[in-house]
Amino acid sequence: MTTLIYDGTFEGLLTSVFEVYDRRLDRVNLQKTGLNSNALFEDKLQVITDYVRANRVLKGLKQKVSSMGIQRLYAAHLAEMDGEENSLLGYIRYAFDAGQNIEEDYGNKFVMRVSEMVRMVRREKHRMEAFVRFQKLKDETYYAAVEPDFNVLPLLIRHFKSRYADQKWIIYDIKRKYGIYYDLHDTQYISLDFASVNKPGDVIAAFTEDEGIYQHLWKNYFSSVNIPSRKNTKLHVRHIPKRYWKHLTEKI
Amino acid sequence: MNADRITEKLNILADAAKYDVSCASSGSKRKNENKGLGNASNGICHSYTEDGRCVSLLKILLTNHCIFDCAYCVSRKSNDIQRAAFTVQEVVDLTINFYRRNYIEGLFLSSGIFKDADFTMERLVRIAKKLRTEHNFNGYIHLKSIPGASDELMNEAGLYADRLSVNLEMPTEAGLKLLAPDKNQADMIKPMGYLKNAIIQRTEEKKLFKKAPIFAPAGQSTQVIIGATPENDSEVLRSANYFYKNFNLKRVYYSGYVPVLADSRLPALNTSVPMVRENRLYQADWLMRFYGFKVNEIVNDAQPHLDLDIDPKLSWAIRNMQAFPVNINKADLQMILRVPGIGLLSAQKIVSARKFGKLNWDQLKKMGVALNRAKYFVICNSTEFERRDLTGNNIKQFILATSQSKFLKNTQVQLNLF
Repeated sequence: MTTLIYDGTFEGLLTSVFEVYDRRLDRVNLQKTGLNSNALFEDKLQVITDYVRANRVLKGLKQKVSSMGIQRLYAAHLAEMDGEENSLLGYIRYAFDAGQNIEEDYGNKFVMRVSEMVRMVRREKHRMEAFVRFQKLKDETYYAAVEPDFNVLPLLIRHFKSRYADQKWIIYDIKRKYGIYYDLHDTQYISLDFASVNKPGDVIAAFTEDEGIYQHLWKNYFSSVNIPSRKNTKLHVRHIPKRYWKHLTEKI
Repeated sequence: MNADRITEKLNILADAAKYDVSCASSGSKRKNENKGLGNASNGICHSYTEDGRCVSLLKILLTNHCIFDCAYCVSRKSNDIQRAAFTVQEVVDLTINFYRRNYIEGLFLSSGIFKDADFTMERLVRIAKKLRTEHNFNGYIHLKSIPGASDELMNEAGLYADRLSVNLEMPTEAGLKLLAPDKNQADMIKPMGYLKNAIIQRTEEKKLFKKAPIFAPAGQSTQVIIGATPENDSEVLRSANYFYKNFNLKRVYYSGYVPVLADSRLPALNTSVPMVRENRLYQADWLMRFYGFKVNEIVNDAQPHLDLDIDPKLSWAIRNMQAFPVNINKADLQMILRVPGIGLLSAQKIVSARKFGKLNWDQLKKMGVALNRAKYFVICNSTEFERRDLTGNNIKQFILATSQSKFLKNTQVQLNLF
């Protein structure tokens, strides 16, 4: 058993695949830097992310897996779940070693696991598309803070860019301390100094005057459409788990 | 803007609109053009009320003034309630500002009938037109077709709206006559028929000319109220089936009647909302639209009502034990879809995955099959399978005993009271 230690990036993952084939490794355990495993008698190998090698692996993978499949692998990678890089590695090795396209072989444990992770990440992405609540700042920028379970910001860009093409906006991931900023032309990754801004109420001074009015109207609307005789708290919480409430205008 | 006045209006007119259950914001493919605002492609539920229903659109009435006196409706003429009306500009401002903050997918605009059908419809169309042409708004717009509105207005509505709907209100003509004496089904069906033909025609044009305008891209839907009149499930589902087949409807919504008014023709005020029945009707509706079931297989003269304690697919299966067991590794997709506990996605996964090798219980479970139900009806690559010669009734008892129905808890609470 060889333990490969990589930096947690997608390119790092692909470089690790390169190492596996280059060194003809058989039984491997892939893990992120910083997680110490203390097994005494095992080989350790620090994988240094190499874009040329990563690209070679990606190019080879494209021969074996559809472009949708590559996107799915990337989405599963964004789950950043500890220990699950072995499922990704297993999937990629299975894809390389098989004679046919294996994307739909749901009987295979790696394919099934990756499919589960993709579903989890996409669900979180979809939740963010729903639960982002913009607040209008004085400079006409719409700002939203989020704390998604997985690192889904990169997957959100396309949706928000095509939807809110005529307004400047920022979606900021407080947990991972970075955000996306759209300036009416392009998006870029940014990081802000005020890490302490994690409640929509915190930066009231920076809001436009009508921001408070529309938040008030939205809260009113939300309570008006409820039908008390159909109350179903279990269903309500299943749809909007409590951890999302602190960023939802209507639930604060 | 007078915030207090708008708040008051919003409260009244959102409250009056909430019994319309349609919430879909999907099915359209409107793109954001020329850097405008919004698009309508995939449905998103932005929030959920405490009763667990989704909030996707700003669902409001333009006004709750109404010349009709339908017994089941809060806004009926003879009901002594506060009345209000939005101006065109107020609706536009609310929609745009809610949309920009990512609260909603778009607007669902309905209205009480004031003056006459055309007058009301013209107002609704004007709002949609303003949003589209003056504000370059490409979000989702769902307009109510007012029964009796002219073809010209319906045509204009189709050009600006993504979806249009006429509520049939009662599953049968007789039910409608009883509770809504001012309305008749012919008036409701007329705009529906016009739109159906217009949609077909415009879709043909679109195939020939890429630049042809899109026309109600998310189609039409309707709603029937359940439990206000004595129709059985068979009548409800047959009526739904008729409208799916003859008017190409995208959706029929079933709205369990919420008693809000005292009237001798209606269930008493303390009657509970028929939520389980509503749920079973939706399940049956899905079986008809996605699972290849014919309405006769789900309900018929021998079975005029859906089982309340088990879902309609399981109910069909235990009445048709001769069709089982199904071999997961060989059967057609159509047959796999009929197995209780297997949904659309897992059925497709099964059919894809079995090309690579025979599937066993463990793999089925991982794919998301509900084995507690499916195990009685399938065989797979395993020596373990149900060997007892169970009757449909046995199976029903076993499944009820081992599963935790989402409704069972309520029943127990009610029993404990006695």
